[in-house]
Amino acid sequence: MSFTVQPGQVTGFVGPNGAGKSTTMRVILGLDAADAGQALIGGRPYRSLRNPLRHVGSLLDAAALQPSRTARNHLLWLAHSQGLTARRVDEVLDQAGLGAVARRRAGGFSLGMRQRLGIAAALLGDPPALMLDEPFNGMDPEGIVWMRRFLRALAAEGRAILVSSHLMSELQDTADHVVVAGRGKVIADASVAQLLATASNGRVTLRTSAAAALTLLAEAGATVTRTDSDTLTVAGLPAESVVALLSRNSVPFSEVSAHRATLEDAYLELTRDAVEFRAATPREAR
Amino acid sequence: MNTFTQVLWSEFTKFHTVRGWVVAIVAGAGAIMAFGLLPGAQGSCGQNGPGSECVLPVGPGGEEVSDSFTFVHQPLAGDGSITARITSLTGLLPVAEPGKSRPGTMPWSKAGLIIKAGTGAGSTYAAIMVTGGNGVRMQYDYTHDRAGIAGAVSADAPRWLRLTRSGDTVTGAESADGHTWTTVDTAKLTGRPPTVEIGLFATSPQYAEQVNEGVLSGSMGGPTQATGTFDHLSLQAGSAGRAPAGSWKGESLGGPPNVPPVGRFEQVGDVFTVTGSGDIAPAVPGATGIGASITQTLVGTFVGLILMVVIGAMFITAEYRRGLIRTTLAASPRRGQVLAAKAVVVGAVTFVTGLVAAAVVVVFGQRVLRDNGVYIHPASTATELRVIAGTAALLAVAAVLALGLGALLRRGVTAVTTAVVVIVLPYMLAMTVLPAGAAQWMLRISPAAAFALQQVAPVYPQVANVYTPSNGYFPLAPWAGFAVLAGWAVVALGLAAFLFRRRDA
Repeated sequence: MSFTVQPGQVTGFVGPNGAGKSTTMRVILGLDAADAGQALIGGRPYRSLRNPLRHVGSLLDAAALQPSRTARNHLLWLAHSQGLTARRVDEVLDQAGLGAVARRRAGGFSLGMRQRLGIAAALLGDPPALMLDEPFNGMDPEGIVWMRRFLRALAAEGRAILVSSHLMSELQDTADHVVVAGRGKVIADASVAQLLATASNGRVTLRTSAAAALTLLAEAGATVTRTDSDTLTVAGLPAESVVALLSRNSVPFSEVSAHRATLEDAYLELTRDAVEFRAATPREAR
Repeated sequence: MNTFTQVLWSEFTKFHTVRGWVVAIVAGAGAIMAFGLLPGAQGSCGQNGPGSECVLPVGPGGEEVSDSFTFVHQPLAGDGSITARITSLTGLLPVAEPGKSRPGTMPWSKAGLIIKAGTGAGSTYAAIMVTGGNGVRMQYDYTHDRAGIAGAVSADAPRWLRLTRSGDTVTGAESADGHTWTTVDTAKLTGRPPTVEIGLFATSPQYAEQVNEGVLSGSMGGPTQATGTFDHLSLQAGSAGRAPAGSWKGESLGGPPNVPPVGRFEQVGDVFTVTGSGDIAPAVPGATGIGASITQTLVGTFVGLILMVVIGAMFITAEYRRGLIRTTLAASPRRGQVLAAKAVVVGAVTFVTGLVAAAVVVVFGQRVLRDNGVYIHPASTATELRVIAGTAALLAVAAVLALGLGALLRRGVTAVTTAVVVIVLPYMLAMTVLPAGAAQWMLRISPAAAFALQQVAPVYPQVANVYTPSNGYFPLAPWAGFAVLAGWAVVALGLAAFLFRRRDA
């Protein structure tokens, strides 16, 4: 698995559950040993970094908290391990919007608040790179909007940000770039614009309730999928040909348009093989 | 790669920001102090008005001694010697029924010859004697003991004994026939008294046996007496060997106050029969002696130990439980350093807490026990400091051992259970249900061996006592016992460090 996370961008890291996203992050952080190969940060193994939180901030698991410790004290021991002071702790608490609950026990936090606390911890060392595993998990809609804006702002400051998710939709308005992982390999590594274009490529949305349309188009060599009771997606036949074919055979239709794919579609298409393959062989050696 | 100071600071911050741990550690200290300052033990010393205070004589070496026996004596100025043949040593032992007794001697029932700087308790002396079970002995100044010929004395196997004073030197000799003499030992009389009391003595120490009833153990016993039969008594004064003009005077010395003495002395022809009870020996706390030692004030240590051990194990298993260990290692990737910092924090915190608790208990617990009428053998300042620092070290190293087990086993319940079973349970078993032999072994090989640091009273081979852990006597020397615990901790922590570096977090 090899990919680049660019400074100034939010890079999405997606893949089905079990694709190896979290494992990759743990290997990068020197927490798990890779069976082969190595992960380097700025050319050096993570374990050799002095005050590593000043190089890479990470959020692996927002639930990883001692429940009886306050939010501020949780950040305080982290700060002390990096030679940082309590002042920096208060700064990141405010940045993450936790200033008001800083002295409350983290055990009483909702998952959304824990995600904020995790982000604050990742920011503690003011690192140029951030690595966040599923930061949207458990957040309410308002929190998701906040997280998106926050990540965009952090990227705008020139940081390289890697955000993993198993839900592509979460990344649609956040990521500039997406790395898709499956079966422990990189399936796609492209900008969001590129991915959307590829997924939409040549496909036509046809609105019709006539059953004949499906057979007709299939006979003409197109791949037809019924996506709704009155909607078909046609691939392998340009829009003009579809219109001509249907008109010639007097099949009624109300609308023909170029298909606008979502990132979700692109992702599902890319990972279909990975998922099917995994279903056949549940444990694949990386 | 962070500096160790940073990791240490971080781990200390972790510790003191979890209120449960701080509460537990204070509770541990509180338990030790509660047991020590609110003891259930009651005694009679000083409880029955003036005159009931317990005061032990002090020997020439500064140690507290027992000095009660029946003494048949006359003064001797300057040099001289005494010789006698002893043909029997019999005695009476207590039975469970009060007021009754059975014939028999204690292994350390004594009858023989003695030169003593006077009849004052605790004064310097030298004696040669036959004993109930330890053959002929030469003893002097309470703590010195040298074996002569073994075997029991009887009419068929009498023993001839002789003490010779020359200047400040007293020589003890024995003979089977009164012709061939063998020197047993030579003693120096402390302070070189110009005139001594010289004569025959008999005494017999307190009987005690370990009693185990269910989970409780204790001891039962009572006073005993010994009777020695002497003949061929001859006393010579000066180097010229004149017989002195004085006559024999018999008296019981040093018996308990307000109790009629059991000592008797009879002279029929040239046969002397001397009966006595007590001992001429170092005073020991416990079953056969009087009172207790400062070890008794620290009985709450095991409760504190349980809490410290739980904290030690939890300090790392809590991180595994929540996945927090990954956050820790992402911040401080050098794992050996993290484990070392945790050990230092746990060790230091428990040491300081233990130090405070033990100091309070040793200093004030003694007073409380004394006020309750329990006689407490005073210990030297050095010994008290060793007991206080030793108790703190015991708690600290045990907590570090528990930390090592926590890092090895990673699951809190498993680690805490293992730590309590390995560290605390052996002590509790040795103190309660285990027979003496098994208890001794348990306290040699298990981490609980470090409780030896709390032993104050020395073991004297020439004093019969119930030298068991529950009476404050441990099988290993203080620092040897501590070394056993430290060994456990080093092995556990070393193994933990090895695996901690190799395993995925």
